[in-house]
Formats: sequence, C-alpha cells, structure tokens
Amino acid sequence: MGERKGYIEKISGTVVIARGIKDARIGEVVYVGYEGLIGEVVRVTQDSFVIQVYENTSGLSPGEPVYGTGKLLCAELGPGLMTTIFDGIQRPLYEILRRAGPFVRRGIRLNALPRDRKWYFKPLVKIGDIVSEGDIVGVVQETPLIEHRIMVPPGIKGEVVKVEEGEMTVNEDVVILRTKDSKEIGIKMLQEWPVRMPRPCRERLTSEVPLIVGQRVIDTFFPVAKGGAACIPGGFGTGKTVTLQKIAMYSDSEIVIYIGCGERGNEIAELLKEFPRLHDAKSGRPIIERSIIIANTSNMPVSAREASIYMGVTMAEYYRDMGYHVTLIADSTSRWAEALREISGRLGEMPVERGYPAYLPDRLAEFYERAGRVLCLGKPEREGSLTILGAVSPPGGDFNEPVTIHTLRFVGAMWALDPDLAYRRHFPAINWNISFSQYVDIIERWWTKHVAKDFPEYRRRALRLLVVSSEIEAIASIVGESALPDDQRLILLVAEILKEGYLRQTAMEGEDVFCPLNKQYLMLKTIMDFFDKAYKLIRHNVSIEEIANIPEVFEMIRVKERPFEEVKKLYSKLMKRLKDIAIKYNVSLEG
Amino acid sequence: MSEIIDIVARYQGKIYRGVKEVRGNLMFVEGIKEVKNEEVVIIVGSDGKERYGRVIEASRDLAVIQILGEEEGLQTDCLVKFTGTTFKIRVSDEVLGRMFNGRFEPIDGLPGITTGEKRDISGEPINPVAREYPHDFIQTGISAIDCMLSLVRGQKLPIFSVSGLPHNMLAAQIARQATVRGEKEEFAVVFAGIGLRSAEAEFFIREFKESGAIERATVILNLADDPVMERLMTPRIALTIAEYLAFDLEMHVLVILTDMTNYAEALREISTARREIPGRMGYPGYMYSDLASIYERAGIIKGKRGSITLMPILTMPGGDLRHPIPDLTGYITEGQIILSQELHAKGIYPPINVLPSLSRLMKSGIGPGRTREDHKYVSDQLYDAYSRGVKARDLARIVGEIGLSERMRGYLKFADEFERKFLSQGPYENRTIEETLDIAWEVLSVLPEEELVRIPRDIIEEYHPKYRG
Repeated sequence: MGERKGYIEKISGTVVIARGIKDARIGEVVYVGYEGLIGEVVRVTQDSFVIQVYENTSGLSPGEPVYGTGKLLCAELGPGLMTTIFDGIQRPLYEILRRAGPFVRRGIRLNALPRDRKWYFKPLVKIGDIVSEGDIVGVVQETPLIEHRIMVPPGIKGEVVKVEEGEMTVNEDVVILRTKDSKEIGIKMLQEWPVRMPRPCRERLTSEVPLIVGQRVIDTFFPVAKGGAACIPGGFGTGKTVTLQKIAMYSDSEIVIYIGCGERGNEIAELLKEFPRLHDAKSGRPIIERSIIIANTSNMPVSAREASIYMGVTMAEYYRDMGYHVTLIADSTSRWAEALREISGRLGEMPVERGYPAYLPDRLAEFYERAGRVLCLGKPEREGSLTILGAVSPPGGDFNEPVTIHTLRFVGAMWALDPDLAYRRHFPAINWNISFSQYVDIIERWWTKHVAKDFPEYRRRALRLLVVSSEIEAIASIVGESALPDDQRLILLVAEILKEGYLRQTAMEGEDVFCPLNKQYLMLKTIMDFFDKAYKLIRHNVSIEEIANIPEVFEMIRVKERPFEEVKKLYSKLMKRLKDIAIKYNVSLEG
Repeated sequence: MSEIIDIVARYQGKIYRGVKEVRGNLMFVEGIKEVKNEEVVIIVGSDGKERYGRVIEASRDLAVIQILGEEEGLQTDCLVKFTGTTFKIRVSDEVLGRMFNGRFEPIDGLPGITTGEKRDISGEPINPVAREYPHDFIQTGISAIDCMLSLVRGQKLPIFSVSGLPHNMLAAQIARQATVRGEKEEFAVVFAGIGLRSAEAEFFIREFKESGAIERATVILNLADDPVMERLMTPRIALTIAEYLAFDLEMHVLVILTDMTNYAEALREISTARREIPGRMGYPGYMYSDLASIYERAGIIKGKRGSITLMPILTMPGGDLRHPIPDLTGYITEGQIILSQELHAKGIYPPINVLPSLSRLMKSGIGPGRTREDHKYVSDQLYDAYSRGVKARDLARIVGEIGLSERMRGYLKFADEFERKFLSQGPYENRTIEETLDIAWEVLSVLPEEELVRIPRDIIEEYHPKYRG
C-alpha cells in the first residue's frame, strides 16, 4: 500500500481534520502527530478526511504528520483476554501502568494480547480433515474456568495439512490449511475482527432459558432471558451500578464482560478488588477468571468511550461463538450516547433531540441487536448466547429523554429505578409498577418445568396485590389507615411484607446476596398462602389485629437472611397458626 | 509606540501584530504558523495591558484564542505572543500557606513560586487499575455525616446547597474537624474559591487563620469580579497543587471547591461564544466530561501514602436538584450532601436533608474495626424510620394527627426527635462516632422494638438503651 502519510490541517478538541492520504477510508485507524496519538477516520471528502482522536490533543499542531494504517478499528481475539482490564481501545491497563506509571500518558501503543506469552495448544483436528469457518481446531486452557476454543476464522475453508501441539505464542501457526486453489493458510490463536461489524452465526434462535441473577425482584418479577437485552434506567444514587455489579458477580453466566463506560474510577477499583476475591458458586474459582473488564472512566478521552462499547461487544460475540453463555454489561450507555453527541457536534452535524444526532436510535438498535441466542458457525454443533444489560443515566432521572426512550424500543426488559425507594434505602430500587419484561411468557414455561407448576400463578397474584395495595395506600393517605376496612388493611400488611421481605434484598454480604430460585418460590408461596388463608379468616370476621399479632408474621420479613430449611419451617409454623385461628372461629380454610 | 518596543524587547521569539476579530472572550488570529492546540498566548492591547489567552482551535490559517482576563479595551490592533506551551504552574512545598489568583499569581504580597517542577494544570487521568479503593473513615464530628453519609479518605463528596444556606459554615466545620481516627496527622487544605463574593472568601480565610489551618493550606481565589475565564483554571490549579501534595509529598489533602455553579456558568458562557451546539439549558454537551476531568482527580493511588479528598460545593439554581449542574455532578461524584431550606427555616444546623443525600463509599469505611459493628444497621434503620416519619408528617397535614394509625404517630414523633437531637448540633460541636451512634440509639428507642426490622436481634440486645440499663 506504500506509506500512507498526511498532515494535520485543523484541530478542534478531539476532532482533527487532515489532508494528504487520498484513499483514507471510513473506520481506518491512523496515528496522529509526532506522538502518534491513536485515532479513527470518521469522515472523508475528496481532498481531506476527519479523524476522531482517542487521546487528549493538547499541544498538537497543524502541519504535524498523520500516518494511516490501512486497517479498520479491530479487536484482537485470542487466549489472554480473560482476566485482563482494557481501556476503551483495548490497551491493557496494567501494561500501561507498568510502562507509564499511575497516570495514563498519551501516545502509548500496545498490543491487546501479549506476544511473548505461551499457551498450550491442544489440537482437535488431524491432517486430512476438511475444516471451514467456525470449526474448532483445538483448545487452550485460558484460565482454570475457561477453555478457549480456537476456531477457523469466518470465510476460510480448507484441508488440514499441518497440526502443531504444545506451548506456542498467539502469533504462531497452530494449524495450516490448504484451500481449494492450493493456497496455504495458517491459523493462529490470534484473530482480529472489526469492532463495528457483528460476527456471523449460523442461525439465530429464540431465547428460552432465564439468566438467573439471584435478585428476587428481577428473577421473579422482571426476568431476562439468556440472549435477551435489558436496560436499567435511573437517576444518580438509585443503584444502577451496584445492581449491575452484583449481576456480574453472582449471575449464572459463564462469561461476563463488564464495560465501565464514562463512569467513576473508584467503581472500577472496587470491581478489581472484588472480582479476584469472590468465588464462582459452581467451581469455587475467583470470578475474575471468567471476566473481562473494559474501563474507560469519565475522565479518560471521550472518543475512546464511544469505541469501548464496540470493543466489548465484539469480544463477547467471540466467546459466544465458542459456545458460551456470555453476559455483557454496559455501564453506562448514556455516557456512550453523550460521546456520540460530542463527536457529532464537533463534526458540525445537524442535531435533533437535545443535541443528539439523528442516528442515535440506529446506533442503539445496532448495539442491542447484537444480543441473542445463536446456533454457532462450524463443527461441533453448539449454541451460545449473548445477553446485554445496559445502564441508562437519564438527566434529572427523567425517563422522558432520547436515550431512555430509544433504548426502550430495542430491549425486552426494563428495570426502572425509583428515587423514592432509594431514599428509603429500599434496594434494589426497582419500581414494580413501571418495570416490565417481555420474556415472562417464555420463562414461565421454563419455570413450570424446572421450579414449580404454580410459580407463574404466585407471581401474577403477588404483582396484582402490589398494584391494588398502592391504590389502597392512596386512599389511606386521605382517610387515614385506621379508617380502612380490615380486608384492605390485610392487603396493606401483606404488601408491606412483600416489599420488605421479598423485594428488598441486600447487595452486600451474607445469605441473601444470591437467592436461588427454589428459595424464591418457597418464600413467595409462604407470603401468598398466608395472604389467602388470612383473607378467608377476615372474610369470616376475624379481626386484622388477631392476624397481625401472629408472632411469625414479621418473621416473613427476616427469613430471607436464613437458609432454605428455615423458610420451610416458617411455612409450616404459619400455616399451623392460621389453622388454629380457623378452628377457634370455626372457619374452614379449605377450598 | 515606545511601549510596544518595550514589549517586543521583553519577550523572546515571534510576536504577531493584528488580529482578525475579537468576539466576546474569543479572539481570531489569521496566518499564524506553528500554533499548538491549547497553548498559552500573551496578548498585549494598545492600552499596554497584558492578558493571557489559550488556543482552543488551531488550523493552518486560523487560530481561535480564548482570552483570560478582561477583553475590554482590546482592539484588533494588538500584539500576540505564542508561548508554545500549555498552561503550566510550578509546584513545590512553598505553595503551603500561600494565596494565589486564578492565573496563579500571588495575591498575598509575597513573591511568586520560582522553584519546583512545571506541571500542566489539566492533569492526566489516573489509570483506573492504579487506584486504591478508598476505605479510611474520616470523622467529621457531624452526626448526620458521620453516621448516615460517612466520608472516606479519597472520596469526592459534594455539598448541594441553595443561596442563603450555611454551606460555607458546614464546609469550614468539616475542614476544621476532619480527622482519621487513630492518626495524628492533619489534612492539608487546598481551597479554590470560584467566582466567590469577597465576603465569602474572607469568611474562609478568617476560618483558616483562626483554626491555624492556614499554615497547611493553599488558597486559590477567583472573586466574583475577577475574569470569568479564570474560573475554568481555578479548580485545575487547585487540583494540580493537591496532586503534588498528595502524590509527591504523600500528604492527605482535602480540596474544597466553591462554588462549582459559577464554574459551570463560565463554561456555558465560553461555549456560547464559540457557537457550539448546546446540550441541556444551554450548557455544552461536554459538560459531563469536563466536570469529570476535575472531580475524577480525587482519589488514592496504590503505593502512595497520600490522598485527595474532594468536597465541591455548589448552589442549585432555583433549588432544583434536576438542574444540569447538580445532576451531572451527582453522576460523577461518590454521593452528595443535600441541604434543605425547610430544615434551615426550622432553625436546624446543619440543615442536611439526609433522605436524598448519599455516600457511595460509606460501606467500605464503616463497621467492626473501622467504626462500630452497629453502624450500618443503625444508619439503615434511621433512613427507613425518618422516611416513614416524613411521610407521616405529610399525611398528618391532610388528615390531622388523630387520623394517623398509632404506628404512624410513633414515626411522627421519631422524626421530630431525630431532627431535634440527632441532626442538630453546634457549628463548633465535634462529636465522636460513638457519641453520634449513642444519640442515634436514643432517638430510635422512641419506636417500639419490633419496628427496628433493619437491625439484627443480637445488635439490638447489645446496644439498645433498654438493654444497656
């Protein structure tokens, strides 16, 4: 291609206009100025091109050189991604720390994957095999938790003519293929993929299995399917990050990719403290061994924030293609949208709503559409899934703004955070009246098979009770609670138990951090069966005080902190108490 | 004419004469070679006055310069000297005990800083993997903060206030009383006054002098009648000094920035002059990133002993929490302390409305070994009970106290006790965390014991006044 060299014409913030590379193309990575700042071409005209620079541009001068690489912005894919912490353009942050000290200096060019590290490659194909795109040619134990499957890159087919086994670097050929036209192609453990392009799969499947996160309000009321997409909008202080971090730590995903996009540095520090310390429930290994973290904090360059989302989702798709269930967490997509807005503004594009460019909805749709459950390309036949969970930070906590509105069009579930709940320290502060999940129908089918037949029924009735109780509360706020009839007061009492004892859940330590589905079911059954029987008693003129004074009633609030067996015990104790009252008043609880 | 000759003689290198346009704070210069983005320029008007400026857009035929200082009196006929470097200040331990303006010129009658390394005031982002997660509890001696909004070393916790409330008094009290338990060492204070009225500035300086803090304080002062442009530099100078003290000299530094609302107004003013596409309410779309480039400079770095704890103060325009300034700040900082006009009107000091206030790093700084084992539970219970109490109070306004259930009346009484005994304290009253927690138990004991559902049984039996006899 020859030397692709141009020079800077104009600098405005992180946007640089340059001339001199005639065939510069959109998406091409360029190095800007004497320091070689990393940038990407975002617009081309006949005689000039516009670069979005991923680093701070102060001190840059018109006339300085610009070098084109001829390559699109790509993610490096291969063993070594797991446990690594990258910045928005896939530079390993620990490596930057080692080279440049505690502050991120600019102009540092680093490979995402170390070239000198050796991995033990174990082949799964033999000479003479015909392999094509997506076929697994061998495996590498990347971490004790993750077997990294080396796949034939998309678009390649041929006969295996050479196979290596043993310790190798990512850049060595592990398998050599001969194609139809007798060309030899080496397959390395390292592959590249342009981040803005979704990776192919054989077939998209519908989702059927829930992602179990262990938070009752999500699992029971607003579940998300593996391969689905959910958003969590909320003003500051309502607990977006805490909720997402807990999902990253405790959910039953096989792989978690966490993108800290334009958020706080200390939140990343917290993840880095927690991830090596927390252990995976199944294997007992630290969860960092199945995680990748991308950290582009709010004070790091804005344009790299825009790229970080694509870097993350590309790595996630790559592991999906190996046949893993991957969860991608993006915190926060609003900061990404703001980066789009800022760059768009500097390019002088016509804004539509609140300064956002007209293509904001398209970008959001493209991103969330990369979620899904798929049949992967290649042999052996396998399926993988990619679940996307995105935080949204609406200005002023007002959901009526472009990013929230458009995101809701492309996701299947919303966990709406409520400042009033947060002020009361009711966490997770997910509002049960306005949150939704379109995955409920398919997940209920799964529940009836794997948890209990009547779980869906309990769920529906509990939700209804919560809705009715908020109507009663509105009346109570006018006439006073003591003026209400007893059956309505019972609804208020049970709603309170549901809120305190079921919906509210700690995110910190102890038994209640992760609530398994069978315990969720039994807790809900306890509360709702209590309600049914108590309601019957009240219908037969038993007073609310008699019911409320049962000593075990408030136990229902605390039982979540105790193991499964204790819930069972509480259930039988409560039923016995109600039965005793029924006998006392000669009421039948059956039927 | 002789003046100009003087000036030309004084500076080395190229000096250009004549600019194309001066529009507001912006100056457009044509035909300049070798302009660097964000470099500092010196502008000398025909009145002979020197001003500083900064290149904000550089191209081969046009440089756009933001003028720092007053633009009044400038004509298109003026001299422009490009210095070839971004805005840098010298840092050394000489800055302690000193006062500077928003251009880092001394305003205490002493000579400027001549020793030490020159550093760019924009700083560089801390590598997130180099950060140490903050966990050392700072005792401020203020019950509402220590118990319910615990501050830790390396945190950025702003005060959201409204004009007329005692936020300055509160900030001064925190600066005076803040200590880490078990350590003798006192905080060094870097104070940045941004667009401050001189009475406010004098209040802080007097406070620092009286408490002796002035010896270990640096003051950067941009007064209300000082140039608007310098408001953008004031907090950055303060943080550059703070970084030096914390990460080179390994001191623990408390940085107070007040009033960040004036900073944001200045940012809007400049953005409008540049004819940029505005985001919300005319504030530039990049205000989030800009504020983050200030606030995120707080923290602790692994392997260094020092720390930067940041306390920005801002007045919410119209008392509106959803206004872009408090809103964007809240998304960046690790919590917020919100002051309430209603509590102030009731005569309660400090008038902290704890319900919407928050400290995100609290959990890492409290508990056994750090404060006390009951701390977390007591705090949770106070939040829960007070929010119910406030709700009961609203309800009582409609149905009257009689219409409330007995339970709600209990919470109503609790809310009053909470405000009167726990929240209220004197501006010179310094409570230990144990005293604070004991007061909390005292007000909680107003409620029946079975209402304390957020506190485990064994903790109740250990600390509830009923069991302590």
